[in-house]
Amino acid sequence: MGKPLLEVRDLKKHFPVGGSLLGKGRGVVKAVDGISFTINAGETLGLVGESGCGKTTTSKLVLAAEAPTAGAIEFEGRNLAELTGTALRDHRRKVQVVFQDPYSSLSPRMRVGDIIAEPIKAHEHLSSQDIRARVAELLELVGLRPDVARLFPHEFSGGQRQRLAIARAFSTNARLVVLDEPVSALDVSIRAHIISLLEEIQRRLAVSYLFIAHDLAAVSHISHQTAVMYLGKLVEVTDSLELCRTPLHPYTKALFAASLPSHPDEPRDEIVLAGEVPSALNPPAGCHFHPRCPFAMPRCSEEEPKLAEVAPGHQVACHLYDL
Amino acid sequence: MPPLLRVSDLRTYYVGFRGTRVVKAVDGVSFTLEPGETFGLVGESGCGKTTTCHSIVRLLAPSASIVSGSIELDGDDLVKKSQAEMRRIRGRRIATILQDPMASLDPLFSIGQQVAEPAYYHQSLRGQPLRQRVKELLTAVRIPSAERRMKDFPHQMSGGMRQRIVGAIAQAGGPRIIIADEPTTNLDVTIQLQYLNLLKELQRASGVALIFVTHNLGIVAKMCDKVAVMYAGKIVEMQSVRGLFYRPRHPYTRALLDSIPKLGVKEPLYGIPGQPPDLSDLPAGCSFHPRCRQAMDRCRIEDPWRHDMGDDASVRCWLPIEEAAARG
Repeated sequence: MGKPLLEVRDLKKHFPVGGSLLGKGRGVVKAVDGISFTINAGETLGLVGESGCGKTTTSKLVLAAEAPTAGAIEFEGRNLAELTGTALRDHRRKVQVVFQDPYSSLSPRMRVGDIIAEPIKAHEHLSSQDIRARVAELLELVGLRPDVARLFPHEFSGGQRQRLAIARAFSTNARLVVLDEPVSALDVSIRAHIISLLEEIQRRLAVSYLFIAHDLAAVSHISHQTAVMYLGKLVEVTDSLELCRTPLHPYTKALFAASLPSHPDEPRDEIVLAGEVPSALNPPAGCHFHPRCPFAMPRCSEEEPKLAEVAPGHQVACHLYDL
Repeated sequence: MPPLLRVSDLRTYYVGFRGTRVVKAVDGVSFTLEPGETFGLVGESGCGKTTTCHSIVRLLAPSASIVSGSIELDGDDLVKKSQAEMRRIRGRRIATILQDPMASLDPLFSIGQQVAEPAYYHQSLRGQPLRQRVKELLTAVRIPSAERRMKDFPHQMSGGMRQRIVGAIAQAGGPRIIIADEPTTNLDVTIQLQYLNLLKELQRASGVALIFVTHNLGIVAKMCDKVAVMYAGKIVEMQSVRGLFYRPRHPYTRALLDSIPKLGVKEPLYGIPGQPPDLSDLPAGCSFHPRCRQAMDRCRIEDPWRHDMGDDASVRCWLPIEEAAARG
């Protein structure tokens, strides 16, 4: 534990949009705009933010499903951009994903056993007997009976389907699993099972997670570190419990204020943000958050704050904390 | 004085496969709603909370029907009304806000036309007074430059704005009750907070009563005065919001409260075993017993009755019933 597994440095992904066929008048959406973070072996980084802030683009870059515009992603000490052929395949074997909606992420025409075996067949040469044994092991890992392998996804409930998606993600001994809102689509009574299952698998296999969600309580429960993202940039990164105790960035504070109370008498600082998330096509100058920030100063509309360490292990990008 | 709304022993069943399969989506639901009150209806998907709401406004699917019970609005039974009479009640006396604002707004009509419709039909406003009313309603839900945005269409609005416009439409007919069915599920958290605060503000201004349907206990904690927890078509517990959070009496309510992650707390979560039940094939006895931590022999055989605890609070569980019996 504690050794960096994934290191992301100044990562950028810009998408060209609009304009004519010849490329005139094109705009650029800076979906991810210079973010850096580290995920240690056996640990979880939570990535929180509202829709359109670049969380999913970040996960696609880590999965090597998109190529970055600039910046570097190092996995197990090797730069993703330099990987080709077998090495790239190997990266894709070791970095897997679980999506939000287990109804659309499992093919309705394949048997469960085949769904889980598909990544194994793509990456390893195993006899069909060995594959069957591995599938049985995986089903047990996620708390299902091995004999369900011959069933189809529609025969399962939402929570069980998410277990199948998790079994598939672990089928090739992944070292990092991207969890993109894995419990948002599930019933409340089922969410706790899936979160506990993911935590238990992490303890057993020392795997790392990139946990993407907008539910702060769930993120802080499962994550060691939490990064808060706003319009393509990280505004705060620190230990999850530290973030709950002392959120520093005004946006993080607003997110905590907006997260619903767990009790009717829970004291709340009410920071109600004005307006909505601005378009990533034309983000505000200076600090992207300044038009909605209750503490904005003149400087915030001119100069962009850099992510800097303001307390041990606590990074924040805000002029309020400049020394 | 009778309450604003009194739902008594409401049963709404879906009948499928030529009568061979009966789904008891709402199975003996009773509650009352006072003016200006916010009543929360909580439960997991498929527990019957949406069917309860659709029964109240009589907008049920063709396969569903109200088998028994009454829904009295100011002492007037809605179950006995014709659809023509219901059209004069919907929008004017009871309005609804649904989960997906894109599906409840018509893409072919401007925002102004859609907000004007209830005021046109129910309050017979025309011309300048109608325009003025629409402007007021849009301003009340914080649509910036309302005058200009009236000409815009739903697709030109953000998700949060669309849901605020649905809120304006709900207010337009001057209703006594607004039924909000998971109105913030599709919104981002900071927008959700804005919207919930806006609803509270509108409620304070107009004194409208809210029925808030949600699976999110956080929304209940923030918004509601009284809460009913539904499971498999029945209200298993009803209490004031503080009562529910401080002294939950039904094991299902307790399990739900224990299964939610809390901010800054890393304690293991309690997962409720099993699945929400299939409403067409319910277990014998108490529907929750296969998933209950405290199930007893009696729970497997006999369905508990509604045990009144005073102050409009009730619970359907053998444990408190037997405790009360032991106390005499």
